[in-house]
Amino acid sequence: MAKSNKPIFWGLFAAGGTVTAFVTPALALVTLFAAMRFNMDMFTYDAIHAFAANWLGKLVIFGIILLSLWHAAHRTRVTVHDFGVRADGLVAIVVYALAGIGTLLTLVYLLRI
Amino acid sequence: MNKPYVRPLSKTSWFLTQPRYKRYMAREVTCLFIFAYTFLLIMGLKRLAEGPDAFNAFVQALGSPLGVLFNLSVLIAAVYHSTTWFNVTPQAMPIQRGEEFVPGKIIIGAHYALWAVVSLIVLILGV
Amino acid sequence: MSERQIQLEVLRYNPETDSEPRYQTYSVPCLNEWVVLDALNYVKDNLDPTLSYRWSCHMAVCGSCGMMINGEPKLACKAFIHEYTDQIRVDPMANFPIERDLVTSVEDFIAKLASVKPYLIPKEDKPISAGEFKQTPAELKKFKQYTLCINCMLCYAACPQYGLVPEFLGPAAISMAHRYNQDSRDGGRDQRQEVIATDTGVWECSFVGACSEVCPKHVDPAGALQQVKVASTIDWYKEHLMPWMKK
Ligand code: SF4
Ligand code: FES
Repeated sequence: MAKSNKPIFWGLFAAGGTVTAFVTPALALVTLFAAMRFNMDMFTYDAIHAFAANWLGKLVIFGIILLSLWHAAHRTRVTVHDFGVRADGLVAIVVYALAGIGTLLTLVYLLRI
Repeated sequence: MNKPYVRPLSKTSWFLTQPRYKRYMAREVTCLFIFAYTFLLIMGLKRLAEGPDAFNAFVQALGSPLGVLFNLSVLIAAVYHSTTWFNVTPQAMPIQRGEEFVPGKIIIGAHYALWAVVSLIVLILGV
Repeated sequence: MSERQIQLEVLRYNPETDSEPRYQTYSVPCLNEWVVLDALNYVKDNLDPTLSYRWSCHMAVCGSCGMMINGEPKLACKAFIHEYTDQIRVDPMANFPIERDLVTSVEDFIAKLASVKPYLIPKEDKPISAGEFKQTPAELKKFKQYTLCINCMLCYAACPQYGLVPEFLGPAAISMAHRYNQDSRDGGRDQRQEVIATDTGVWECSFVGACSEVCPKHVDPAGALQQVKVASTIDWYKEHLMPWMKK
């Protein structure tokens, strides 16, 4: 039996799981506050733009989005299987393609800022 | 006589048979919220790149009832993901110091402490 | 010594006459300090000598009395009557074919366990005259927990992935491979990786964690499997991204 290639994706899944565990709740809280307009001075274009404009900010944003995407993509693949869909090959292509497109778009948008 | 009987197991509803399977599925399903939320962030980046008007419209849209509901469900799913993730870290990455293994509670506690610090930083940056 | 009348609902299956299993209920006078195995023995001795089930040690070391008690994988000799109500349902271990009554087929597990080479494969041949293989207490502690496995298969009965994909090597077999991989005297990891770092090996596992919750010996097979995943992932990255690191 051949050794599996799943480690490529599992490595990203595990790293991403750790990163999202640390940052996603706080991020969701921030966007929730922004959505509910608790404070008009928060989450302003100027502040967010300033953060995303320097290369360190870009790197942080890219890292978080990349790892969140690949974490979620891999777990989605497993979850679809758990719900009884056995077309694992096709599911893998779809979820990883979504993560890949998301990664590319993130790069493009970041470079435009 | 050898005629083993194989009990049927439903491929689509096996997880309803035990509470621990339901908890597992709840944990796994958090990834759908994180997936969707990450695309929301990417959308936000796009709007940010397009300039202040586009970005303000994006924040406006976030404030719609649907946007708030979505954010709230992401928040709940993300917190559930974090706790389930940190709680099993000592199993996946045990640390041996000298002869003894560091107690799991300490590893988990350290993760929760770091989680608090990171959350604080994100909140300060974002708010 | 208080006595309780317990309704013991047992799944029966006779391969000679039955096309499928059915429940049979026995009314058993149980002492409160009994375990479910005692109740089964009472049935066998006094009510129905045809009831089949496995047991031997009556003290949670032989690993042969695994069954589902109220739907939970348990050793019948470690399931105390006083922890249950007066109605107790007993099924054969889930995920395994039923041979007869509470007796399940174990061949699949035995073959899987053997396939991971669960024995020391020394790094190099050493003549007896060269002396013993020494090990520090810290090195022993590294794998000690995994040696406590009694091959009861409760972890397989708890694992939905094994139930859904019977080819899956499963918790106890991979934990046992991990036990030897972690042993300072062993040099067989490469050989075992060929078996366990496969799609139907450790990568079938999605860390449901049920195995560790039911393990009567606190082996924590789920933890072992995650450690195997981490190590296999590091292997993969080293092999494919840093080929110059190859031995
Ligand atoms: S790991 Fe635990 S549950 Fe599994 S066979 Fe060994 S003792 Fe039994
Ligand atoms: S009879 Fe030996 S483990 Fe229960």
